[in-house]
Formats: sequence, structure tokens, C-alpha cells
Amino acid sequence: MATKGTVKGIISNLVIVEVDGPVSQNEIAYIKLPDTKLMSEVIKVMGKNTYIQVFESTRGVKVGDPVEFMGYMLEVSLGPGILSRNYDGLQNDLDKMEGVFLKRGDYTSALDDEKLWDFKPLAKADDKVAAADWLGEVDENGQPHKIMVPFVFEGVYTVKSVAEKGQYKINDEIAVLTNSDGDDVSVTMVQRWPVKQPIKAYRDKPRPFKLLETGVRTIDTINPIVEGGTGFIPGPFGTGKTVLQHAISKQAEADIVVIAACGERANEVVEIFTEFPELEDPHTGRKLMERTIIIANTSNMPVAAREASVYTAMTLAEYYRSMGLKVLMMADSTSRWAQALREMSNRLEELPGQDAFPVDLSAIIANFYARAGFVYLNNGETGSVTFIGTVSPAGGNLKEPVTESTKKAARCFYALQQSRADGKRYPAINPIDSYSKYLEYPEYAEYISERIGSGWIDLVNEVKTIMLRGQEVSEQINILGDDGVPVEYHVRFWKSEVIDFVILQQDAFDKVDMLTPIERQEYMLRKVMDICHSDFEFENFTEVDTYFKRIINHLKQMNYSEFESEKFKKYEEELASILKERMAA
Amino acid sequence: MATKAFQKIYTKISKITKATCTLKAEGIGNDELAEIDGRLAQVVKIIGEEVTLQVFGGTEGIPTNAEVVFIGKAPTLKVSDQLAGRFFDAFGHPIDGGPEVEGEEREIGGPSVNPVRRKQPSELIATGIAGIDLNNTLVSGQKIPFFADPDQPYNQVMAMVALRAKADKIILGGMGLTNDDYLYFKNVFDNAGALDRIISFVNTTENPPVERLLVPDMALTAAEYFAVEKNESVLVLLTDMTLFADALSIVSNRMDQIPSKDSMPGSLYSDLAKIYEKAVQFPDGGSITIIAVTTLSGGDITHAIPDNTGYITEGQLFLRRDTDIGKVIVDPFRSLSRLKQLVIGKKTREDHPQVMNTAVRLFADAANAKTKLENGFDLTDYDERTLAYAKEYSNKLLAIDVNIGTDEMLDTGWELFVKHFSKEEVGIKQELVDKYWKN
Repeated sequence: MATKGTVKGIISNLVIVEVDGPVSQNEIAYIKLPDTKLMSEVIKVMGKNTYIQVFESTRGVKVGDPVEFMGYMLEVSLGPGILSRNYDGLQNDLDKMEGVFLKRGDYTSALDDEKLWDFKPLAKADDKVAAADWLGEVDENGQPHKIMVPFVFEGVYTVKSVAEKGQYKINDEIAVLTNSDGDDVSVTMVQRWPVKQPIKAYRDKPRPFKLLETGVRTIDTINPIVEGGTGFIPGPFGTGKTVLQHAISKQAEADIVVIAACGERANEVVEIFTEFPELEDPHTGRKLMERTIIIANTSNMPVAAREASVYTAMTLAEYYRSMGLKVLMMADSTSRWAQALREMSNRLEELPGQDAFPVDLSAIIANFYARAGFVYLNNGETGSVTFIGTVSPAGGNLKEPVTESTKKAARCFYALQQSRADGKRYPAINPIDSYSKYLEYPEYAEYISERIGSGWIDLVNEVKTIMLRGQEVSEQINILGDDGVPVEYHVRFWKSEVIDFVILQQDAFDKVDMLTPIERQEYMLRKVMDICHSDFEFENFTEVDTYFKRIINHLKQMNYSEFESEKFKKYEEELASILKERMAA
Repeated sequence: MATKAFQKIYTKISKITKATCTLKAEGIGNDELAEIDGRLAQVVKIIGEEVTLQVFGGTEGIPTNAEVVFIGKAPTLKVSDQLAGRFFDAFGHPIDGGPEVEGEEREIGGPSVNPVRRKQPSELIATGIAGIDLNNTLVSGQKIPFFADPDQPYNQVMAMVALRAKADKIILGGMGLTNDDYLYFKNVFDNAGALDRIISFVNTTENPPVERLLVPDMALTAAEYFAVEKNESVLVLLTDMTLFADALSIVSNRMDQIPSKDSMPGSLYSDLAKIYEKAVQFPDGGSITIIAVTTLSGGDITHAIPDNTGYITEGQLFLRRDTDIGKVIVDPFRSLSRLKQLVIGKKTREDHPQVMNTAVRLFADAANAKTKLENGFDLTDYDERTLAYAKEYSNKLLAIDVNIGTDEMLDTGWELFVKHFSKEEVGIKQELVDKYWKN
């Protein structure tokens, strides 16, 4: 029998409940009000008193209100029909809700029960299968959506029967499996999974090594992220976190993109809702929305559901990874999630860690990032979840707990810099502080030299050195004055500016410049590096400025032109003659 | 709400702090209102029979045997067309001597808009101020604060923006407004003949600080009425949100909550977001735009209040005095309108984005040149030119006393480029240079 309880106390969205039976940590409970019921989650148990966080406003909740415990944790429904949906943090379908305003206690189903799917069997009778093995597939927006042995199944099962090719609804039986005790179990296209537990039904999780193209030069070229990799983007407000995230989610070469808008502005989600159904996926030509899942828990939506939203998003990402797909998950912003943890920890009167965050913040973040990864499935196929989170450091200070904890967990660090943003040098990723650990992976080196050619990583490291030397020179010029340093220092500085303006900076709002395929990135980088390797002759430093500005201008015009078009070649030729003017013999 | 035949009166208060009272009571709902000797209070915490109330008017003089009556509902506002042209206090009671407003009673701080029902904001709000229209274009449905030190004329600029923006209703939420500023707003709106479009909810410095907590929700409940029921474009002015946040910290402090950064409550982000996120473009044409003021201390935007605000709002307008020209300007480096991309170059001329960025980049070069100058170094010819440019740019475009159309702003931009720089130095897309570069 389900455990019941009654409300004993209310502090904002933390409710204390006296219970009459067993409850478990993270179990779901509903507070029953006269006109509705409020979903909540157990977060602490003290004797008879169970503390639950309510995923809704607790306005009007009274001492004595009845509470019902459900016996399961926060779960999501997994099955065909998740793509292109807009969910809230608890996987309620936002489009199914009526009215302009969100109604408290309005819970809608995540999937469509009536839709017919074209099912194709992949397994056959007498096959031995285990959790996550593929039984069949349906076509979901052009992706092969695998129907799998439910993740909760333990041990080996024998397939008794699989449905024939045909049209089925998600709740129709598509297979019967027999377990080791000889009992038959029915399998449909839907299964449920608790969001806080990682889906681990894969054979092996090696170090990731394949470049995940984003079309953003300062990422792909300078600090690449890989399929199954992790990265984070910290930056003070106004440095372009969201523009960068949107650019990546539009352009990245992924099969599925899961976007968790976690405690951020509603209008940013609206931008995705509005644009993605119109924009084309540059890799397949289909609409972007077809490969996208949005989990929207905007900043004005209930705080407790904010924490749930990132887990919901990650679980959906893992589900699609198990189908052998390349999934990219973005969360904007993980700081809001940490703040939700802080609010609750505060109400629970726990001893606070730094800046009043819970002491286990670091562990929570690390566990979450660890759910990303490149995997070999049981059948030898590969799948990946690449995770990029943004962090909104309080006061722009990168020494605050969320940034520090994330730095320990994520392998790529894209530091957005206020001064770059102030100077409109977008994307404002600082080329010197930022890093990608994957550049040090021999697996990546091997992969990229096959893809682009050998010496690529050396070239990238050289870029970083030039940027660093450019910065040093610029500091010296600030101290000693323009004529206090040799002319060649100016040349050194301007070479770093060429890299900055042509490779690092990129116009996210220009149709051509916004997306640069890796081949074009390689072409431009080699072109720029040729200039950096050349010697130039100048009489005095004033000539240096003007000359390099012309070079930069031409290279930028090339960036704005279609690759290898007439226009592109015209600027390239003009550039060649400018270079001849001063190139040392 | 159930009407009660009789209301139970409690007379045993067990705890009193500067902002809260605690007593034993039964059957009380969270967020419910109560009156303590006629003073309005709201339930903020219930533990068993112990109910803690936040007293909006402050607890000065409340005796332990005060009469406490629970009203059985959260704070409400009566909404109807009668609101227009009226002035109210933080509780929604008239302070202009007029009659009480009749209308539908609505709980304030109501539910959020379903994000999938929102429309993408797309209507440009022209203010005539180039520091805003050119560099930080405003869009209806946006939420944006002025970041300003207390000595900046932010209330004046805000009143000017409000009157020039063609809104159907302007709702002023004044928190800790000095009486002088309150009268200033009243005067300006009256002189502009706009009083019938204005609704004000005002808490002045003469009123208790905790009352301020109600002001934004009151203002926004009225705004939602006009935007949803009447499909009107509503502009909400909230000044000063720093004082609102201070009131939040007073209450949380009295409730023994562990403070996070700058002694603000850990929930500051969510508390502010709940207010600012009421800015919205509704599907049927109505909209709520929020322009707020966040005062800074010594220009410090890393303080928890401006910092959290910046993460919530869609940009910020940063006012500062430019000593070179002796005028207040909208700082192009620290200011930002996140929604400008939705209108610039689309609702405005095609060259808008590039002119805007280039003008600011050159202004940044001037700032570098200035540093060099201050450090006693020789300036190059380019440096000299950027400095001359910066002065003119500041005067003709950034100063808040500018009042011109957007095309004129862009033309002025090109004029300044041509006057001070070469085409290469400007580095704008060739097609645009061919079209607009006029020697």
C-alpha cells in the first residue's frame, strides 16, 4: 500500500510531511489540494518527518493537507516522438497545456499515445538479448529510432516473438521476451527511467577522440571538442554565452541536439522555438527542429524543477545515445541549477559551503559531467553524448565555486572574456586561458592527422604561442610606448591580431561567416600562418599598423565570401599582391 | 476564496522581529494575508501550529497581544479600466484622493506565461536617444534596467524614454522613491498630457521598506490586465530595484536565512527573475516591456544585485558622465540590448549592425589611445584621429540629450567614419562601403 502523509510545515517550496509508512529518498509525492495536486520529491527524511521539495508554487498549502507517496523516483517516458518536443523540466509537453499561462498542477503526457509508427523488426525469435539491445526500429524525423530492451531489465532474455513490420502505437506490444526463469514479459515502444540514474547499458566507454565539428573556428581549430567530450563556457553576463550556445546547437554536426534551458530567460527559448522550425540543419538539409529536443525551465518557472530539468535532458540524451546516435547536449546555465541546490540546502538549514552553496556541489557537478561520453554499445555500434554547459559566474569571478567545480569535471574550457566582449571581439573566447584537453590526447592527434593532415596540432599550438607573444608585446607597448620597442615587436603584435581578427573572431549573424566547415578552417589557418611565418620590412612602426589592417581587411572579406567563389578568389589575389609589397626577399 | 461566517481573532504573538511576527494558528495557507492590528502581513513560514508572518508596515509598536486576523487569500489587486490615470500605494489603495477602483479581484504574483505561447518580440521601441536606438535598440516585450550611480539622472531619462515610446499604458512602480522624484514623475506625465495613460504604484522613502516587496507584483498584475485583456502595449517602469532587493534581504535576514553573496538571500536570482520575466510579447498583440533602474554603488556591477539582474534582464543601459564632453552618455561598452538583433538591419537600415559595431570598436581604440596619452606616450596619427572621433561620437551620438531618427544616427556614423578614417581602417563589408561611404 502506498505511503501517505500530512503536511506539517511549509517554508516556501520546502514542505515537511509526517508519514505513516516507508518512504525513499528522491521518491515522488503529490500534495493534494482541493482543486489540484502538486508534484514533489523527497529530499530528506528525519524520523517521521519527511522533507519534500515541491515543483510548483506552494501558495495556499495548509498544515493538514494530505500527501501521497508514489513509490518511484522522478522518471521520464522514453519512446518514439520525443524529437521536436518542447518539454518543461519534468518532461511535461508544454504544447499540450491549454491557455497562455502555466497552470499549477497541469501535468501533460510526454508522448503521443495515438500516433502510428512504421515499425521494422531488427531482432528475431530465439535471439539472446539484454537491456538496451535493439529489437526493432521506427523512423523518427529521418532518424532510426531503435526500440530497445528496457534498460531496467537485468540479465539475459530470449526473444519469444517480435512484431512484424507494420504500423503500431507506442503502447502496442512489439515483442515478448522470456527471462531466465521462463517467464514471458511484454515489451512496448515505451519505457520509463529515473532521471538521476545514468543509463549504463553499453559495453565500453573509451576515451573520446573524434572531432565534433561546430563550425565555430575558435572551437574547432583552436580548442576542439570531441564526440562524447565535455566542455563548459563560463562568462560574465553580456559576453555572448547564449549566442555562442545557439550557434553551436544550430551548426554542430550531431544527429540529435538536446537543449536544456535551465533557469534562463524565456525569450531565449522563444528564439529557438521561432527559428529552429525554419532553419535548416546544414548537414542534412532537414529542419533544425526535427533533430532538437528542448527542455525549458525558464527562470520564472519553479525552482525545484530547474534541478530536475538538466537530469531530464541528460536522460533523453543517453536514451538516444543507446540507439547509436551522436547526441549533443547543451545546458544553459548550470549555475542556475547550482543556485536551485543552494536555495534548497539553505531551507534545509544545512551547513553551507563556500558562498552558501551545498558542500557536495563539486561532487554533484562531476557526477553529472561523467554521464557524457563516447560509448561502444553491446552490438559494437558507437554512440555519444557530448555535453557543453554554460556557467554564469557571480560577479564575473572565475574563482567562484560553480566555475571551480566545473573546471575539475569538464575537459574543455571556453573562457569568455569581458574585455574581448567590450571590444566586440566575438566570440569572446579568450584564446590564451581557454583550453581543450583533447589536444593532448594521442587518440585525437591520430584521428585529426588522418582527417586534416599531419602537423595540424603543432600548427594549433603555434597559434597559441603567437597569441601569447602578441599579448606580451602589447603589454610591453603599453608600458614602454610605441617607439619604446623595436619595430619587429609591432610586427609580432600585428601577426597575433591577424589570427585574432581572421580566425578567432567570427560573425555569428553573417550567413557565410557564421559556419566554417573544417576544410575551410584549415585553408584559412594555413593562409594566415603563412603570413605569420613571413618576414616583412618596415621603416617605422606606423607603417606596420596600416599595412596589417589592409591584410586583415582582405582576409575578413574572404571570410564573408562563399568559399572559393569568384569574390573569395578576387580578395585572395589582391591579398597576394599586398603581401608582395613588403615581404622580405 | 471561501467566505467565512466569522473570522477567528488571534491575540497571542510569541515572537516579534523587526520584520516578522510568529504566532500559533491553525488552518492557515501558505502566502495568505493577515492583518495585525490593522497592519497587513503575509504568511512566509509554517511549522506545525507556528505561523510566521512578514509584516509589510514594519513591526514597530506591535504588542504581543495584538489582534491578528487571517484574510484567507494572497494579496490581490482589483483590475479594470478604472486603474488608468490613478496613483496607488503598495497595497493598491488610492493615494490621489480618488475613489477605490471597482473591478475583478486578482491575486498578484500570478502564474508565468507558458514559454511556448510567447511570441518573439519584434517591435522596435524608438526613443530618439542614439545611445539606445543605435547601439542598444529596445524591443517591445524586453526587460532592461538602467545601471546607474545614484547621482545619475536615471529617473529623468526613464521618464523621457517612457513618453517617447509609443506605449498604450505606462505603469510606474516606485520603490523607495523620494517624494521629490515621485512628484517629478507626476509632473512630467501631467505636463505631457499623458496622465490618463499612466498608472502608478508608489512606495516612497516615507513608507516602510518591506512594503516595497509588493510594488512590482502590483504593477505587473495591472500590466497583465491591460496586455492580456485589452491587447495593449504596456511599459512598466520599476525604480529602484536595488531598494527592492534590499527589502528582500531585510526579510530573509529576520528569518535567519543563511545569506549568500553581499548578504543577499540565496534566492535573489529567482526572486528577481519572477518579476523581470513578466516582460512578454503575447500572441494576441499585447506586450509588457519592463524598464527598470538598478542603482550601483560606485559603478560596481559585480555586486550581487546588479550581477544577478544582468543575468536575468535582456541587457542593461549603463549611464556615465563623459568628462571629455561634460555630458551624461549611454556607455557603449557596458551597455547592451540583447534583443537588438531581432530588429537592427531588419526594421532599421541594412547597415545598422556594422555601423554600430564599427563605431564602438573605434571608440574602444580611442580609449586605448587615451590610456597611452595618460601614461605619457607619444600618440600615432591614428591615435590622434581616434581621439578626435571619440569626442564627436560621444557628443553627436552617445549623449542622452540626442533626439534624432535612426537613419540620421546611421548617417552621422558614416560621416564620422569618412571624416576621421580610411576605408581599410573602418573594415566594413565592401557592399555597404560602396553604398554609404560618401566623400
